[in-house]
Amino acid sequence: MLYREAGDFKTTYKADSQTFPIAFDRWRYWAVLAVAWLVIPFVINDYWANAILVPFLIYAIAAIGLNILTGYCGQVSLGTGGFMAVGAYACYKLMTSFPDVSMLVHIMLAGGITALVGAAFGLPSLRIKGFYLAVATLAAQFFLVWLFNKVSWFYNYSASGQINAPERFVFGHAVTGANTTPAAQYLICLLFVTGCALLARNLTRGTVGRSWMAIRDMDIAAEIIGVDPLKAKLTAFAVSSFFIGISGALFFAVYLGAVEVGEAFGINKSFLVLFMCIIGGLGSLFGSFAGAAFLVLLPVALKVLGVDVLGWPTQIVSHLQLVVVGALIMFFLIKEPHGLAQMWRHIKEKLRLWPFPY
Amino acid sequence: MKDTVDSYVTEDGRTIGGVMMDMRGITLRFGGVEAIKDISFDIREGEIRAIIGPNGAGKSSMLNVISGFYHPQEGEVWFRGEKRPPMKPYQVARQGIARTFQNIALFEGMSVLDNIMTGRLTHMKSGMLAQALWMGKAEREETENREAVERIIDFLEIQAIRKTPVSRLPYGLKKRVELARALAAEPKLLLLDEPMAGMNVEEKEDMSRYILDVNDEFGTTVALIEHDMGVVMDISDRVVVMDYGRKIGDGTPSEVRNNQDVIDAYLGVAHD
Repeated sequence: MLYREAGDFKTTYKADSQTFPIAFDRWRYWAVLAVAWLVIPFVINDYWANAILVPFLIYAIAAIGLNILTGYCGQVSLGTGGFMAVGAYACYKLMTSFPDVSMLVHIMLAGGITALVGAAFGLPSLRIKGFYLAVATLAAQFFLVWLFNKVSWFYNYSASGQINAPERFVFGHAVTGANTTPAAQYLICLLFVTGCALLARNLTRGTVGRSWMAIRDMDIAAEIIGVDPLKAKLTAFAVSSFFIGISGALFFAVYLGAVEVGEAFGINKSFLVLFMCIIGGLGSLFGSFAGAAFLVLLPVALKVLGVDVLGWPTQIVSHLQLVVVGALIMFFLIKEPHGLAQMWRHIKEKLRLWPFPY
Repeated sequence: MKDTVDSYVTEDGRTIGGVMMDMRGITLRFGGVEAIKDISFDIREGEIRAIIGPNGAGKSSMLNVISGFYHPQEGEVWFRGEKRPPMKPYQVARQGIARTFQNIALFEGMSVLDNIMTGRLTHMKSGMLAQALWMGKAEREETENREAVERIIDFLEIQAIRKTPVSRLPYGLKKRVELARALAAEPKLLLLDEPMAGMNVEEKEDMSRYILDVNDEFGTTVALIEHDMGVVMDISDRVVVMDYGRKIGDGTPSEVRNNQDVIDAYLGVAHD
């Protein structure tokens, strides 16, 4: 009753293949966009930007990227951290080499460079599958982190080995550096999230997306129907890395401002983004957002509960956080292996019939 | 050498054209095992060609040679008057050859519609950037191909399950969806690997009707492997019989039925 498709008739194939075929979904989507663009920028403060919204948006881009590769094309990757580092360092080199070019261009170019690197590291996927491919991408993770530590050209020979984002402006507002307002930080991330989500959605509903999913579900049948596995897998790696590169660039330039590669883009980051995809739901864009929100919000929520409400010491809470997050992940995977997205689908099916049981 | 150009008209009034696919002296080995031994046969334009034989005779291997999964050690594959170089399966698909599998090979994570749309892949040319922006050609192409897919859905009477995830369908419908996916490619040659395996009589009748209709309405040439002799004898124009990797019979159903080698292969022969 609350949520239904009855009466929502489609008379053209175009209307039937739109992103949100159900009118209620469409309204909800526009409402979320309106709040995100028109309300939040005016009420955002430093705490909300730095603790919740900016990391959520950046991780959402990374999760969309990895979901394209792992969820849609079925290629498991543990190299996300390394590819984020490529985006960050590419962005840094571009920012310092061409200070006059717009930051937006740099971030997109950083994504493009990461796409090329990702496609190169995707080459083993033509020969190996599953766990073995995961190990091969793990090699990419360690190699890339090592490379950015070892070759001082990447961090412009700075003594600390860190990279620091210089101040850059978009439309007269600082988006990187010390003077950035929370609203500017938030808006530039939101801009890229909106763009990436639209691109990802369009790619996954068309021929390209169907080729990826065909390779994921049954590679032999995919080939027999005309999918070139080389092309499908490499485009998945490239597109996925493009998004991950953008998120790496934003993570460095907009969110952290200063980065030491092993710390910010280590193997932990790869696992974190992979968990986001799994908990959110593989093969679902909504799942990428849900997973990112879950893993960003959960530690914050636990901290608020432990320190502010219950008044426990900070160290104990921060240790408990790890235990609880780990336990929740396990609980989740046992209860709902297909993630939050699947749970949301179940809720929608129930809502369709509410208040009747069936 | 048989005549390769003459066309003729069958009893039921269909025109069978010249040779479309010509397999010449195919030998396929896996290590020391010879799966196919020096087999030659042809498939004519517009006919329904059956490949039969006991289990392990090499029928599926033969289909895999045609669709490019296996590359024979000896012999040549001629398609539409040209010798075919060794090809990858997706290149074979682009030549206009589609197939179904013995064990259903559908994309389980996708809806029926998406599965069949995948069959249109060789007809869709828009680039990745156009698709990412979902403008102009990409959107037009999607709509046009959706129309083509809807015609197939209509033809096979699966309108009601259009949006159902394939994993939820029963076996018989899965077989039908797989046929739909192959048909969506608008193939010149359709290869069916045991399209009626595991079906009851009614489902077999349906499937036979679809195969005959496909052949009749779209003019698609069909090559099929099938174990149900009744079906094979009823719907096929010519039959190749294989046993232990060799060809033991080739001809119309009635010729094959009276062939002593074929009878021996199926019923066994007394050794004295």
